[in-house]
Amino acid sequence: MSYHNPPTPPRKSATFDDASLAEIRRAAATGIYDIRGGGTKRHVPHFDDLLFLGASMSRYPLEGYRERCDTSVTLGTRFARKPIELKIPVTIAGMSFGALSGPAKEALGRGATIAGTSTTTGDGGMTDEERGHSELLVYQYLPSRYGMNPVDLRRCDAIEIVVGQGAKPGGGGMLLGQKISDRVAEMRTLPKGIDQRSACRHPDWTGPDDLEIKILELREITDWEKPIYIKVGGSRPYYDTALAVKAGADVVVLDGMQGGTAASQDVFIEHVGLPTLACIRPAVKALQDLGMHRKVQLIVSGGIRNGADVAKALALGADAVSVGTAALVALGDNDPKWEAEYNALGTTAGAYDDWHEGKDPAGITTQDPALASRLDPVAAGRRLANYLKVITLEAQTIARACGHNDLHNLEPEDLVALTIEAAAMAEVPLAGTTWIPGKTGL
Amino acid sequence: MPAFDLAATPLRDLNQALHAVTPKTNDRAFEIRNPRGSHAVAVGCSEPVTVAVHGSVGYYCGGMNAAADITIHGSAGPGVAENMMSGRVVVEGDASQYAGATGRGGLLVIKGNASSRCGISMKGIDIVVGGNVGHMSAFMGQSGHLVVCGDAGEALGDSLYEAKLFVRGKVKSLGADCIEKEMRPEHLQALERLLAEAGMTDIEPTEFRRYGSARKLYTFNIDNADAY
Repeated sequence: MSYHNPPTPPRKSATFDDASLAEIRRAAATGIYDIRGGGTKRHVPHFDDLLFLGASMSRYPLEGYRERCDTSVTLGTRFARKPIELKIPVTIAGMSFGALSGPAKEALGRGATIAGTSTTTGDGGMTDEERGHSELLVYQYLPSRYGMNPVDLRRCDAIEIVVGQGAKPGGGGMLLGQKISDRVAEMRTLPKGIDQRSACRHPDWTGPDDLEIKILELREITDWEKPIYIKVGGSRPYYDTALAVKAGADVVVLDGMQGGTAASQDVFIEHVGLPTLACIRPAVKALQDLGMHRKVQLIVSGGIRNGADVAKALALGADAVSVGTAALVALGDNDPKWEAEYNALGTTAGAYDDWHEGKDPAGITTQDPALASRLDPVAAGRRLANYLKVITLEAQTIARACGHNDLHNLEPEDLVALTIEAAAMAEVPLAGTTWIPGKTGL
Repeated sequence: MPAFDLAATPLRDLNQALHAVTPKTNDRAFEIRNPRGSHAVAVGCSEPVTVAVHGSVGYYCGGMNAAADITIHGSAGPGVAENMMSGRVVVEGDASQYAGATGRGGLLVIKGNASSRCGISMKGIDIVVGGNVGHMSAFMGQSGHLVVCGDAGEALGDSLYEAKLFVRGKVKSLGADCIEKEMRPEHLQALERLLAEAGMTDIEPTEFRRYGSARKLYTFNIDNADAY
């Protein structure tokens, strides 16, 4: 009897997977690290790992179409003479003119204004289009100070001091030469066409004690009118939040690693920082320990997509959320209707992330006038407003089902987790148990 | 002349009074006594007023100044004249770190020494320092002039863009992408003007050397990675 050895099927390494091999080849061929836009693409514990319990025998729900569920939120109640009132607890995150086209910034302003919320400038200063179309505009105060001036500081509605962002806590920004047009170069006081590096640290303060004085200066310049936010990337959320409160923030903005960037190193985006889910409870605990929960408002961002995400963030203790990537998608980013052009760029709709190259077929992350003209700011603004209203309505639907007449009455007790990791991070019980890892016994 | 004694008057009252000045205001000369290291003194001025501060100030004196002429008869803490847009700030004594940080215009004169990171990320401001400057001065300087009549510390002009640096004394070391450059007639003219505006007319422009960006780091090249 002859014996036939069965062939050994090809087996790829789990460690050296296709993506890792491709990256090694790309680095060897180009001599530059991979730069891209967006947030982390790896799977991390997220809001999908949480579920709401809904009403039951012990709680009764509110009627979805008859009983009011408040969505408004006031930001800056601690020190600012003019806090800002939002109709919905969803704001538009900071995205620069430079990273985005002028029409895209205008569309963000139009959409946010229809929906009753704020937009935020970015690392590049304030444009007239943006100010003109945003009823509520938050002016970012960044390490680079590009475009920073006292006139815009006084014509904004709030000031956001950016210490870090979720995509790259500890990292500065970059805007590659392709996107440094004449107008962008003038706003940033830079030569046209160079690779622009944004500093990672502020030039004139180094820690929370200094920052307290910096905030005093900003308040004095603006006659104590403006709410002052401090934005941090998800890193050490308990201490960062506590120190932001100590420094005098009215609002803390906490951005997890799913939060997007216009352009950063892939290795930074994927390997530095915490998932949004892991940030919220430590930050809320810091506020509670200081007696500042709901007095200093907490805005959470990074991977917010739908009303369930909004509701979950609020249930864990946030006062509001910010959206960036989702807002761009609502405008038209990565729309499959541009599939042929995405293919020509070597990618596909839904995966396009070379925002730094300025070739965006959707005309959003570009400074090319021909591409930028593809985006109708009125229509795109309307799409954004629709999206913001829908996710607010979704969050209200969930809140009512949990028996709450205000989105801010959602609470951790409304939630359970599907995974042990999410249960530990969100500090809610694993579904079907009373177990909160790290908090309670089995 | 509006006078403010900061030993008895809140800082808020001072800055509010400065911000209340309009083009029609007649009384435009402010005097400040007993600053005693107060922070954020005379910040956010937006009209051509004169402000005389009698004593030393803390952080950010003259911050975001536009059009005002501020003289500090003493020394200044960190970030004096930070992000200045226009006008003039004169420090009769020494200045701490980050003097003139991110300044976009106007003239900052420091008659004594300036500490580290003088002119960091400067974006058009002119700074004249009578004495020495500390390390990392003009870091990422984008535009404007930094004139140092004494010596400069380590890593002068690190990661420099287009700011122009002039040093009369020794430079301990140059930062990444900063090199000595030829002093051409237009640079001597600019120096002469800046020294005159700063009231330092006893110094000859020809005594200075010029430093600027080598522009090698303007676009990324892996072979330049060891520059950082």
